[in-house]
Amino acid sequence: MRYSALALVRGALAAHRNWTPAWRSPEPKRAYDIVIVGAGGHGLAAAYYLARNHGIRNVAVLERGWLGGGNTGRNTTVVRSNYLYPESARLYDFALKLYEGLSRELNFNIMLSQRGHIMLAHSRHDLESIARWANAMHMNGIQAELLNREQVGELIPALDMSPQARYPVLGGFMQRRGGTARHDAVAWGYARAADALGVDIIQNCEVTGFAKAASGAVTGIETSLGRIQATRVGIAVAGHSSVLARLAGFQLPVTSYALQAMVTEPVKPALDKVVISPGTGAYVSQSDKGEMVIGGGLDLFPSYAQRGSFAVLQSVVAATLAIFPSFSRLRLMRQWAGIVDVVHDSSPILGPTPVPGLYINCGWGTGGFKAIPAGGWLLAHVLATGRNHELAEPFQLERFVSGRLIDEAAASGIAH
Amino acid sequence: MMQLPCPLCGPRDEWEFACGGTTHISRPDLQASDAAWGEYLFFRDNPRGVHLERWRHTFGCGNWFNIARHTVTHEVLAVYGMGEPPPAHLRSERS
Repeated sequence: MRYSALALVRGALAAHRNWTPAWRSPEPKRAYDIVIVGAGGHGLAAAYYLARNHGIRNVAVLERGWLGGGNTGRNTTVVRSNYLYPESARLYDFALKLYEGLSRELNFNIMLSQRGHIMLAHSRHDLESIARWANAMHMNGIQAELLNREQVGELIPALDMSPQARYPVLGGFMQRRGGTARHDAVAWGYARAADALGVDIIQNCEVTGFAKAASGAVTGIETSLGRIQATRVGIAVAGHSSVLARLAGFQLPVTSYALQAMVTEPVKPALDKVVISPGTGAYVSQSDKGEMVIGGGLDLFPSYAQRGSFAVLQSVVAATLAIFPSFSRLRLMRQWAGIVDVVHDSSPILGPTPVPGLYINCGWGTGGFKAIPAGGWLLAHVLATGRNHELAEPFQLERFVSGRLIDEAAASGIAH
Repeated sequence: MMQLPCPLCGPRDEWEFACGGTTHISRPDLQASDAAWGEYLFFRDNPRGVHLERWRHTFGCGNWFNIARHTVTHEVLAVYGMGEPPPAHLRSERS
């Protein structure tokens, strides 16, 4: 069913009894051309682009829990492409460009809001860092604007710009094309579009092992719903990548941490930019529902718990209130965490693994949501063709042996 | 708030500590291959289960120590000194 204003009117006239489920819940077949593990944004996007870009529709996406229930549903919904190195700038801007056309492409409103993403500077050193950062973006052909103190104050009236401010704001820089997108809608939109092209999305299906040929190549997947044969398998499971890699018999340069976020009760519009303050450790935007969506740094010890540490919650709230004192009367409604796959250079791993036929998309760490369209596109490319897309070429597992790291730790905003 | 048992100071709140990551990693010989060196620097077990790790009571006594901690429940299963081997029953336990 195609969604449109006309469809809404028709629905209204039919007392809204005409709507059909957005995707099927099929039983798994015994074999597929390609199986993707993980029905989060990256896995669903990969399935969609396999069908759309490569015409491969005999594809299954397996999900242990429910679709979009991992990090895709747990992030702070921010999209941006303000990275430092050319390889990353190309990759993340490709993702942002795909996001810009995604609602139309998927016929599903992902509620992309390019409201502007502002990085605050609280010290002379911060000012120099953001100047370097904005210049790096210009060199990579991505728009960025340096802002002085007055401009920041005008764009973000709720900021504490008083002379007594605990953390004085000296300036900032903005990527106007940055902003937010409705995270669930990205998963749902890709799921619906992939399903319409024939992809089977199989929820509540846990992968318990990999079947391999004598050559070591993957021949199938053992799941809680039985064995599924496939000679090409993609893994897109973020924080659980090491668990799947262990099942397949190799190690990854990944450590899993909990990254938490929280929302306040909804209030009227008070903040129409995404604001990040690396110096204090706060990351804030206001959702369309009116909640203040607040993120911060990692819980800095390995965890698979999907719940945040109270010590970090305290420091994130303290940082937020230090720069937005007027938020102190808001009550927090919910707090949660996603398990993120952090690698040493804060850049993703996109491509083949030591197991022939098995490909991986992981290592996005704290910033996977913004990259979903690109991560899916590139995983689909390598699964379909057996060759890396040129955008993925610098992001191979091999770089942890050669030493050719792409260190974007400084561009993750909040030091992790 | 998570509490960790400092061997010198007893149980203290999490924010007094800093996690130093996986413990019992030994540096390979300087003649090691690039692959062995990369493995030493970057590749980790990262278990969903019992993890042997080092912590420092940074905002307390400053002491480094080892613990065995479950990465899902965060339960601390053993505490032992920096030079000591892990308790035998925890060495290969995974879940």
